[in-house]
Amino acid sequence: MTEKKTPLLDELEKGKWPSFVTEIKRAAVKSPASAELLQVLERSYAERRGHWKHGGIVGVRGYGGGVIGRYVDEPETYPNIAEFHTVRINQPSGFFYNTKTLRTICDLWEKHGSGLTNMHGSTGDVILLGCKTESIQPIFDDYSEAGFDLGGSGSCLRTTNCCVGPGRCEHACYDTLEACYNITNEFMDELHRPMWPYKSKIKFSGCANDCTGAIARADISVIGTWRDSLRIDQNAIKEYAAEEFPIQSAVVAKCPTHCLTYNKETQELSVVAEDCTRCNHCINLMPKAIQAGKEKGATLLVGGKSTIVQSAFMSSVVVPFMKMEVEDDFEEFKDTVRRIWEWWDENGKTRERIGETIFRLGMGKFLRETEIPPVPQQVFRPRANPYVFWNQEELDQSGTAMDGSEVKNYNK
Amino acid sequence: MAAKLDQGPPNYKEMLPPVILENYGKWKYHEIPRPGVLKHVSETGATMHSVRVASPRLVSIDFVRDLCVIADEYCEGFLRFTTRNNVEFLVGDEAKLNPLLAELEAKGYCVGGTGASISNIIHTQGWVHCHTPATDASGVVKAVMDDLYEYFDSMKLPAKLKMGLACCLNMCGSTHCSDIGIVGVHRTPPRIDHDKIRKGTEIPSLVASCPTGAIRPDPKNKSVIVNNDKCMYCGNCYTMSPAMEIYDAKNDGIAILIGGKVSNARSAPSFSRMVIPFLPNNAPRWPETTKAIRDIIELWIANAHKGERLGEWVERIGWERFFSLSGLPFSDMLIDDYIFARETFRTGAAFKY
Repeated sequence: MTEKKTPLLDELEKGKWPSFVTEIKRAAVKSPASAELLQVLERSYAERRGHWKHGGIVGVRGYGGGVIGRYVDEPETYPNIAEFHTVRINQPSGFFYNTKTLRTICDLWEKHGSGLTNMHGSTGDVILLGCKTESIQPIFDDYSEAGFDLGGSGSCLRTTNCCVGPGRCEHACYDTLEACYNITNEFMDELHRPMWPYKSKIKFSGCANDCTGAIARADISVIGTWRDSLRIDQNAIKEYAAEEFPIQSAVVAKCPTHCLTYNKETQELSVVAEDCTRCNHCINLMPKAIQAGKEKGATLLVGGKSTIVQSAFMSSVVVPFMKMEVEDDFEEFKDTVRRIWEWWDENGKTRERIGETIFRLGMGKFLRETEIPPVPQQVFRPRANPYVFWNQEELDQSGTAMDGSEVKNYNK
Repeated sequence: MAAKLDQGPPNYKEMLPPVILENYGKWKYHEIPRPGVLKHVSETGATMHSVRVASPRLVSIDFVRDLCVIADEYCEGFLRFTTRNNVEFLVGDEAKLNPLLAELEAKGYCVGGTGASISNIIHTQGWVHCHTPATDASGVVKAVMDDLYEYFDSMKLPAKLKMGLACCLNMCGSTHCSDIGIVGVHRTPPRIDHDKIRKGTEIPSLVASCPTGAIRPDPKNKSVIVNNDKCMYCGNCYTMSPAMEIYDAKNDGIAILIGGKVSNARSAPSFSRMVIPFLPNNAPRWPETTKAIRDIIELWIANAHKGERLGEWVERIGWERFFSLSGLPFSDMLIDDYIFARETFRTGAAFKY
């Protein structure tokens, strides 16, 4: 094959940040498909437009998702990427790997595909970038044999994802890695066989720092928290004071609820536990001295999504505190999300995310029909308008126009 | 042999290095001894160092194999990736930390992305693999991170700064909730291919896909009509139907949004807000985009309090002050006119001139 020039992309091999162009070129040494990808991309850079055809439905036997079909718009010019599909492989919790596993991923991908990957897709999957239609089933068979499964795509439960959790973080309020693993396995059918109005994502973050961006990037956001008081180690506070750490200005003054008091004389920090909203700021700044409480669990928030169609939504609080225990197999969580999905499946329109369904039909209706109790923690503030729906059957209608018998009197 | 169905992901427990298995859930605190290096200390007294290395996310299998060689030599064969697509080498044996750092430096890896730094940019497929982009992802990210590299391997910012890039308004990833969001935008309505619509488009779904109700059925033609006055070029109709092609090389480009965050620390999570409605797709280096982002970041560095995220700074000084300080032109394009617009108007008389 003659060497084709890529002057625009070559510019992006300069500079300090690692270069994706270098990576495509490395893959191109072994893969004609990657070599052609480089050519198409160079053209896109010159023409300032993409060259991939619309859509494409491909997959494996037994599943309704997991593979994203893609075709180049000039297959005669670029026969090696006429088909250039993506396979999503479900990543291990927390993106932890041993090198044996990573090498297996690489060897199988060298055998079947372009040699290009994304580590990782935004939802969490290992992205195998570029293969032919005829290779999809053999790819799945080989990866399956090696202990991997596909991730999600389409109107299903997408691949779940979590933060590093208790694997390496002192802030973790529940076992995010185990929750992610256990709950993914529980809902394999919902993940592999699209059956819902639209996509649904779950992300598990161990604390309010939300290192997976669960509140903005998942329909079901599980954010670790605690219910009792912050734990303060006064000796450690004194050590921070000794190092002239600005406890008053950097920590106390920035507390959103002003529930911290620092006594400069005694070098003691105190908290009014019931006023703390567990934002994690003080813990972040003084991790050696301040810890989460002992009674740990998670807040369940629902409805997060990006722009299309009705603006971006953040998830909002549905269950303020929920135990997330390995011992009881995350039963309360599983039970609650089953009710939530069932309601959405029943009420959601085609391509309507659950946040939009709740917005359209009302949070009150959603809570009533999923049997989740309404509590003040679910709102920043109560409604300002008086347009309230009442359940007519619960009102006393005897002797009123509503019972049909006294209509004449009412008209007088 | 038939594939095993529904076996789920590999068990993470087999992926954890010994030091984590022994100290799982027992971590007491952590420190950042130098940019790119985290030191975690356990209740047992054990320590582990994590060395964070930049990745372009779009990588070859040989990149991954290179990582494996390093992990085998210094980390007992274990490593992880972060939620921002960086790589972390997990070092249980402290004696191996400095040799690892020396090797990474010798091989040209970029160590950084911790603390008050600019870490990796969460980004999408762009012209590499998607059919709906209005800009590229990998190229813009490379250009921006090259330009701002000094903030990746240091920790001299007022607070951490997170960036997200999405190549269209689907906004895959974290653009809507990042300190700085880079979004590919169109500026011209779709071109309808009536033949294609007749051949295989579900017209009701296509009509329903439009946020502004700009598309209506045209039964006479067995097609649809687009009211160009109501179209704001989101491209969602093209997602639903190949007959609604919308890319326009001359008019596609990038919008810049700022001030979003997901953490709850101090202030509630917030969306990023548009401050620049359009910058051109000037490949391969996108100089207008890199300059605009650098200017915003330098303004924040010069004016923010210590510990103040970009959005927290702007909310404190007021958006009107941000525009006067930055010199960015304010236009009606930045005033919301969609569903939740009203709550963004200033319903008070307190503001700065």
